[in-house]
Amino acid sequence: MGILVENISKSYKNVAAVKDISFEVKPGELYGLIGPDGAGKTTLFRILTTLLVADKGQAKVAGYDVVQDYKNIRHSVGYMPGRFSLYQDLTIEENLNFFATIFGTSIEENYDLIKDVYEQIEPFKNRRAGKLSGGMKQKLALSCALIHKPKVLFLDEPTTGVDPVSRKEFWEMLKRLQQKDITILVSTPYMDEAALCDRIALIQEGKILEIDSPEAIVKKLPKKIYDIYASNMYGLLTALKDFEHAHSVFPFGEFVHYTDKREGFDSNELKIYLENKNLQDVSISLTEPDIEDVFMELSRK
Amino acid sequence: MKRFLGFVRKEFYHIFRDKRSLFILFGMPVAQILLFGFAITNEINNVDIAVLNQSKDVNTQEITQKIDASKYFTIKRFLTSEKEIEEAFKKGDIKAVINFEKDFSEHLIKEGQGSIQILTDATDPNTASAITNYISSIIQSYQQQQNQGVQMDYQIHPEVRMVYNPELKSVFMFVPGVMTIILMLVSAMMTSISITREKELGTMEILLVSPLSSFQVIVGKVVPYIFLSMINAAIIIFLGITVFKMPIAGNLILLGLESVLFIITSLALGILISTMVKTQQTAMMISLMGLMLPVILLSGFIFPISSMPAPLQVISNIVPAKWFITIAKGIMLKGVGLGYLWKETLILIGMTVFFIALSIKKYKIRLE
Repeated sequence: MGILVENISKSYKNVAAVKDISFEVKPGELYGLIGPDGAGKTTLFRILTTLLVADKGQAKVAGYDVVQDYKNIRHSVGYMPGRFSLYQDLTIEENLNFFATIFGTSIEENYDLIKDVYEQIEPFKNRRAGKLSGGMKQKLALSCALIHKPKVLFLDEPTTGVDPVSRKEFWEMLKRLQQKDITILVSTPYMDEAALCDRIALIQEGKILEIDSPEAIVKKLPKKIYDIYASNMYGLLTALKDFEHAHSVFPFGEFVHYTDKREGFDSNELKIYLENKNLQDVSISLTEPDIEDVFMELSRK
Repeated sequence: MKRFLGFVRKEFYHIFRDKRSLFILFGMPVAQILLFGFAITNEINNVDIAVLNQSKDVNTQEITQKIDASKYFTIKRFLTSEKEIEEAFKKGDIKAVINFEKDFSEHLIKEGQGSIQILTDATDPNTASAITNYISSIIQSYQQQQNQGVQMDYQIHPEVRMVYNPELKSVFMFVPGVMTIILMLVSAMMTSISITREKELGTMEILLVSPLSSFQVIVGKVVPYIFLSMINAAIIIFLGITVFKMPIAGNLILLGLESVLFIITSLALGILISTMVKTQQTAMMISLMGLMLPVILLSGFIFPISSMPAPLQVISNIVPAKWFITIAKGIMLKGVGLGYLWKETLILIGMTVFFIALSIKKYKIRLE
């Protein structure tokens, strides 16, 4: 009853958006598609929600083929598109009521399922959807996607444009929904959210780079990651890129994440090199890799 | 069915919450009918004219008085020489000049004919020809008065009677025409906009990934506009009857039913437009340019189809409005029934079925 994707490809005119992608989401799993903008996440979502037909390959959602049984899928999935797509001139309650009605159910019938989410916006239920904040819009959209008790929930970049607190709350809600036997496929460009999924697929330029649990993916990273700091960020970056033993260099918050080509790496040697380049307050320390590091490493190839 | 009703209710919310579309829906019909009825008119009423009387005798005095006395003309001024004629026209405050020749009465009595020159400002040809007709007929009736009791060998005086619109009130022609424009525009434009708006805002994406069938979405979009357009048709007929004292010669119920048929034709056109375009802007442009112009120019609303060049006459047959105007005029002015209008009605039904079939074929069940 999960999702099965086999060798799916899709091109727009001459641009290949999705290239030969295969993966499987197990029933009840919270599965993340992690990748930057333009990686093909939305195209994949649209193929799985029967909005687009793939050029090649097959896919099944909740046991139904996405092309032949598209009508059955449209009865049994919930879909929250990347862009806020509810009726702005309808109030919260009217939107929710509308989606309940067209799916042949009512708010009361499935209230327990959306209670968690809906309770937070219910005090504003007579406010028009167009006048809501980003976080509230997102909660309303999730309520609307859930109101018919879908078997599979598709969330395309649900947290884009949402404040950090709401993002955190949102992921907690997803975790609780998962307990109610709903399979969830969620996409996000934020690497920190990836760690909250059961399994993730790293996707870039229409191809899957790696599939595994977030912990396992991090462990696969062969290199040690160093946090490097200097007062002049730009000077530090160019200096590190010029360093002959540098393997990868990319900015990470206020630090630069650095990996070295050699097995035996002496941080003092690098520190001296950097100080010779007139950089001040240089500090180098070993750090725990996270999914972003893995992503950067994989996407180098 | 419950799903469908839920969808229709949502459509009503959209319409009643959007001030602009409400205004187009109900403001436009009233404004247009009043504009066409009062301002834009071909009628001759108190037209200012000038008289150049070079004869100044009994007959010319009598004719002048007769013209001035009619409700159609007001003599604004008297000219003294032919040189002043052109100047008078250039000033622009008169529409016609009546020029009596010298010694008019003398010629009339001795030779049996006198000449009167009627000059009209033909920058507006329709009014000009109407003015000449009116003046000629006033002069003719004066002539008949004079000849009473006098034996003449042959005399032909045609009696012209305008049937169906005896007073030549142009507003009676405009009411069916405006009704056609309004129903066409409101129905086609509003549906095509409301469907493309769902595409533009991305809500179509969610509607597609729902159990609603394409048929339910389309019919759900159309139902509210059938009701609203019917109200519109009623407002227009009501204004025609009350404000312009227009008599409805035929059966009101038949008129109502034919209007519903035409509303559905227009809605089907609107749906067809929306299946072909992606944005509200293009939908509106196509509805306005692609529908309004043919409706005004090729439907016989303003320009008679019979006086168009042959190719345009052929093209006018594919304009649904042409058939509805024929029907509406037939019922309102002539009072004829379905027995005379079955052909036009069948053509409209045929067009509607064609548009709907084409839209359902073109309606996409997916995004591309």
